[in-house]
Amino acid sequence: MSWRPWGGQGALGGQRGVRKEEERRRGIFTRRAAVLGAIQLGAFGFLGSRLYRLQIEEGARYATLAEENRVSARLFAPPRGRVLDRNGRVVAGNRLNWRALLVAEQTADVAATLQTFSSIVPLADHEKARIEREVRRNRRFVPVIIREFLSWEDMARIEVNAPDLPGVTVDMGTTRIYPETEHLAHVVGYVAAPAEADAGEDPLLQLPGIRVGRAGVERHHDRVLRGRAGAVQVEVNAVGRVIRELDRREGIPGQDVQISVDSELQKAIRAKIEEGTSAVLLDARNGEVLAMATKPSFDPNIFNAGVSAAQWRQWTASRSTPLINKATNGLYAPGSTFKMIVGLAALEAKVCRPGDIVSCPGHLDYGDTRFHCHLRSGHGGMNLRSAIMASCDVYFYEMARRVGMDRIAAMANRFGLGVDLEIELPGTRRGLVPTRGWRQAQGKPWSIGDTIVHGIGQGFYQITPLALAVMTARLATGRAVQPHLTRAIGGRPVRGARPEDWPSLGIADADIRLIREAMWGVVNGGGTAGVARLPGQYGQMAGKTGTTQVRRVTREQRERGFNVSQVPREWRPHALFVCYAPHDNPLYALSVIVEHGSSGSGAAAPLARDIMVEAFQRLGSQRPGQRVAEAGR
Amino acid sequence: MIFERRLLTRDRGAGILEKLWQIPWSFVLLLGGVAAIGYVALLSAGSGNADLYAQKHAIRFGFGVVVMLGLALVDIRLIARFASLGYLGGIVLLVLVLMHGNVGKGAQRWIDIGPVQLQPSELMKIMLVVALAAWFHRASWERIGNPLFLVPAAIAVLLPVGLILKQPNLGTALITGMVGAAVFWAAGVRWWKFALVGAAGAVAAPIAYERLHDYQRARITTFLDPESDPLGAGYNIIQSKIALGSGGLWGKGFLQGTQGHLNFLPEKQTDFIFTMIAEEFGLVGALTTLGMLMLVVAFCYVVAFRSKHQFGRLVAIGLGTNYFLYIFVNVAMVTGSIPVGGVPLPLISHGGSAMLTVMVGFGLLLSAYVHRDAEMGPMRE
Repeated sequence: MSWRPWGGQGALGGQRGVRKEEERRRGIFTRRAAVLGAIQLGAFGFLGSRLYRLQIEEGARYATLAEENRVSARLFAPPRGRVLDRNGRVVAGNRLNWRALLVAEQTADVAATLQTFSSIVPLADHEKARIEREVRRNRRFVPVIIREFLSWEDMARIEVNAPDLPGVTVDMGTTRIYPETEHLAHVVGYVAAPAEADAGEDPLLQLPGIRVGRAGVERHHDRVLRGRAGAVQVEVNAVGRVIRELDRREGIPGQDVQISVDSELQKAIRAKIEEGTSAVLLDARNGEVLAMATKPSFDPNIFNAGVSAAQWRQWTASRSTPLINKATNGLYAPGSTFKMIVGLAALEAKVCRPGDIVSCPGHLDYGDTRFHCHLRSGHGGMNLRSAIMASCDVYFYEMARRVGMDRIAAMANRFGLGVDLEIELPGTRRGLVPTRGWRQAQGKPWSIGDTIVHGIGQGFYQITPLALAVMTARLATGRAVQPHLTRAIGGRPVRGARPEDWPSLGIADADIRLIREAMWGVVNGGGTAGVARLPGQYGQMAGKTGTTQVRRVTREQRERGFNVSQVPREWRPHALFVCYAPHDNPLYALSVIVEHGSSGSGAAAPLARDIMVEAFQRLGSQRPGQRVAEAGR
Repeated sequence: MIFERRLLTRDRGAGILEKLWQIPWSFVLLLGGVAAIGYVALLSAGSGNADLYAQKHAIRFGFGVVVMLGLALVDIRLIARFASLGYLGGIVLLVLVLMHGNVGKGAQRWIDIGPVQLQPSELMKIMLVVALAAWFHRASWERIGNPLFLVPAAIAVLLPVGLILKQPNLGTALITGMVGAAVFWAAGVRWWKFALVGAAGAVAAPIAYERLHDYQRARITTFLDPESDPLGAGYNIIQSKIALGSGGLWGKGFLQGTQGHLNFLPEKQTDFIFTMIAEEFGLVGALTTLGMLMLVVAFCYVVAFRSKHQFGRLVAIGLGTNYFLYIFVNVAMVTGSIPVGGVPLPLISHGGSAMLTVMVGFGLLLSAYVHRDAEMGPMRE
């Protein structure tokens, strides 16, 4: 763009015009710069007068303040909110804790004070080193913990010797307590001292002994539970005695969080399961987690006082990984429990009609490969319903071949498999449902043979027990319920308790009804899980078994007649069962995985039945939203 | 912004020796004096140990003087010629720092360039002044009256202000905006336009505030009212006032300041260095320091009034305002007059990147002085 700076005068204006214009501009600049200069001069004058007032007029006052008094700021921590179970029982609470604290700015010599303290209550060298490190790291008015969990005697002895211990105070803090110990550890999580990196984020985190949520609900709702620090600014004299309070700001106490788990039910379920088993029980109508039981677990109270190196090594070295929540982080192949998804995908893609018969001779040949059915003699003619009931592999090999992997994966994602379920448990794995694109991104081809294998839930799948429970709840209700734990925050219920809060999955009614009938047949119609039939008063259950190989069965073994009881336990297949009940009005959805349980119908289905009975006995057939307990009990 | 290459080479008389002669050495001496005050204060902040801050300060100043003198010899027309390039460079750095930069205290962002940390927002202010000066340099009174002519210049100010706001660094963004406004003002933009923008701002601010996220509002509240963060800025300011006030007329003497040495005073080597001076050297020391800093700003006016071309005048007035704002905001903060944080005192506070950018600015100022009589060819289109 070409500007004509001289306002259209152009060349005609000539040198004289330009010079006049320049003079004028200079004059304007001079006047304006003078205004600017005057403002700035005035500002400097203001600063000078301000200095005069502070240093001369009020100088004496400030000199006194500096010599005799100090302004000291103190934070006080609000109590951390509690975590309550669905019946209002406290599953993470606070307990009194006597602590000795040291305020560095109130003692002339930190080392000498610690020396004296040590003669009253012995301190180990590593404790002294930690205290000195924290004194250096924090501002000098921030109290540092000398010792926590003091006994009554020690506390009294410190109080008596207070004159010899400048800067040492005893106070009553709180510490976290988990009454349910290991039973709810994976859900509630635990608290621990904040990492040094977090310390700048919230002034509260500088307080001695403060704990932040590090896992589970404690971590997800940390902000809510933590509250906001209150603070007082006080004038103290040289020995640290408070002269007067200058300013006070109240903190905001942490809010209670109520979760949907029933801790009694959780304990009852954990009593039934063995190591390596996970069970996830959802309210099928709204996705509330009623129980999430895994074994082994750990005692979260240990984190509170600090985990010893030996304990930590034991936890992390253990092959059974007690710190890891298998229900949300254990990854398994879904096996035959996946067949409903393949069936729905085939129905929706119109490559299968409900009455279509596939003949099962015990295997399917595709190209050079033979894909075996679990029943070597074959099932004969199978339709979708009977194939689910008998868990016929050949039928689903054929359906997978017809519908293709990508449509199967899309259906699986709709049912919560291989997607982020956004549950309030940080670190939950999303798992994996493979697609052709996923495999090709790894630079490997995807063959029809791969699709066929994936038709029976084997292959690259990585599914968590939680995701299987979600799949079951969605099959039972046809709604996209999300699993969640939070029922109420600070006594206010959160959204999502009503079935209407969840959108429909958009599956054709006839399709999903057919699948449900087949699942009913699995348990009640002579299917693979007759053992899982419920006692009559609870109604009828619908389910599906699954047995997933952890090692390939060799041809040699197959020919000799493979018998799981003859192989080492860690080679035996995992046993799975998913179910919901009652069939006609689903309340509960459940997934059970028994690691190396050999057979879904043998190990997982009976356990699932027992858990379901337990749920009916303890929770009955309550309506959603009922019994939101008050946060005071 | 086309400056004829012909004009750049015409007056050959200006050789390097002659230019060196032209450099106002008394001003360089003044800067040395201010830096010396900084050295003494930093010596005190390091409890008499020069290794901590003072030594580095001296070395950085020495390096800065070389950079400054080097820039002083660069022809002002060359600087004007590359004004837009410098501006674009500053914007690129700001964008880079938003994407890759490190966030520090008070959300100042910087980029690590080898051993040096660069805060692009500081450099941006200088580049903005130069670019605006180049834009307004050729504009007549009538042309400046044309709102269309002002639009690109206004965008040139708002773009870096927005980028700095996004860091988020409200303080520096405001200073940048005010520096830009000062250049607009000196260039002769009609006063009623300032009134209009001011009124529009007063109307828009509450609406904008309404639309902010809660956490953004909280940031603004803490900025406007540090007492709401009782252990942060509020605590600092109370301690600063006690230290400062207890200094009295003559101060407690070198290394005798109790508040500073007892660590009651936070950030004493950077933001609160002036408190250190006022506590140990009293009102006399504080006013001397303030007076010398005032002379530095005054020199910018000298350059402005003696310059024969609008470009030099606007550069000098813009840079002068920039230094003025630095000094004012810092001293007003430590005396508890305004609730802002995170602005260092030029030439005195510890910090390498601030020192370098300040000295680059002085280099441009000296160039404007040395080349004050240069023919800039304002009437060319």
